[in-house]
Amino acid sequence: MTPLLAATGEAAINWHTVMFYVISLCACGFAVIVAMTNNIVRMAFALIVSLAATSGLLFLAGAYFVGAIQLMIYVGGTVVLLIFGVMLTAQKAFVTMQTKASDWILGLLVGGTLLAVLVQLVFLIPQWQSSDYQSNMDAELIAFAKELTSQQARGDEITEEQRRKLELMAAKASEGMPQRTGEIGLALLGVRADKIENEETGLAGYLLPFEIISVHLLVVLVGAAFLARAKRHHHGDDQR
Amino acid sequence: MSFLSEPVGLSHFLAVGAFLFVTGVVCMATKRNALGILMGIELVLNGSIVNFVGFASPYFREENLGLDGHMIALFVIVLAAAEAAVALAIALNFYNNHATIDVDRADELKG
Repeated sequence: MTPLLAATGEAAINWHTVMFYVISLCACGFAVIVAMTNNIVRMAFALIVSLAATSGLLFLAGAYFVGAIQLMIYVGGTVVLLIFGVMLTAQKAFVTMQTKASDWILGLLVGGTLLAVLVQLVFLIPQWQSSDYQSNMDAELIAFAKELTSQQARGDEITEEQRRKLELMAAKASEGMPQRTGEIGLALLGVRADKIENEETGLAGYLLPFEIISVHLLVVLVGAAFLARAKRHHHGDDQR
Repeated sequence: MSFLSEPVGLSHFLAVGAFLFVTGVVCMATKRNALGILMGIELVLNGSIVNFVGFASPYFREENLGLDGHMIALFVIVLAAAEAAVALAIALNFYNNHATIDVDRADELKG
């Protein structure tokens, strides 16, 4: 018996759930700050915290690679780009730009309606409401351990293969998902490692979207550099 | 404290995604600063990423999107980076030409 099996007996606090609530509160709270404050510098800071907390949510869902990419590209790249924009346009009049009250009322009305509809819809479908992954894994593990103990009681030796399977199941029940980094890399090259048994879909990877998005990124960066080249003539003096 | 001992479902995850989406929409609708609108777009894209990854997670459902959801989330992240670069270039150009980033004054094409 692993200590894990002993712990599943009583209803303990599920730390995954606790972390989910803490991180989602962080993400949502700082998103509200982004929407509510008028100071553009504070908005940028709150956006950083909100995006980082969102990457924590992705980790909790088992998407480790996507979470890491979110931290690196979104928090480390895109937001830094935005902050550069804030700094380059930071004149006193634009740092705190007031919104009209009628705009606020209209926006909050539309947003509140949309949120009410979406949340109702999300909680409408019974298959989405609970997660039975953990309990299934624990039940599977307990059943296999019981089978092994009965086998031991009959006097048979536990084979190396069964021992390894038990370790694998225990790891799966305590850790959740396998890492998918290698599969993602293969899928970008056009091979679906997770569907390789299925002959028709085994090669249905993402090579074409990957190429398209690569060329798109290149074109966009060249275009951005072209658009943003230094050329000022709002004071009337021609610097070139 | 019973809700702390139960595992969270896909619904909770999607609710967070919906909240981020709506916050982003409100941010886009109410900000007058062009960069504030960009930040609202980032929030909307983040909500979509949370949704995709939630649907892809085997933690929540037996038949999930799997790798497809992860791939789409990655593409969304790359598109967000590209979009931010171009929109920032346009905002800087606008600022250089008009000495303002108030989107209410970006009405040069008005008929």
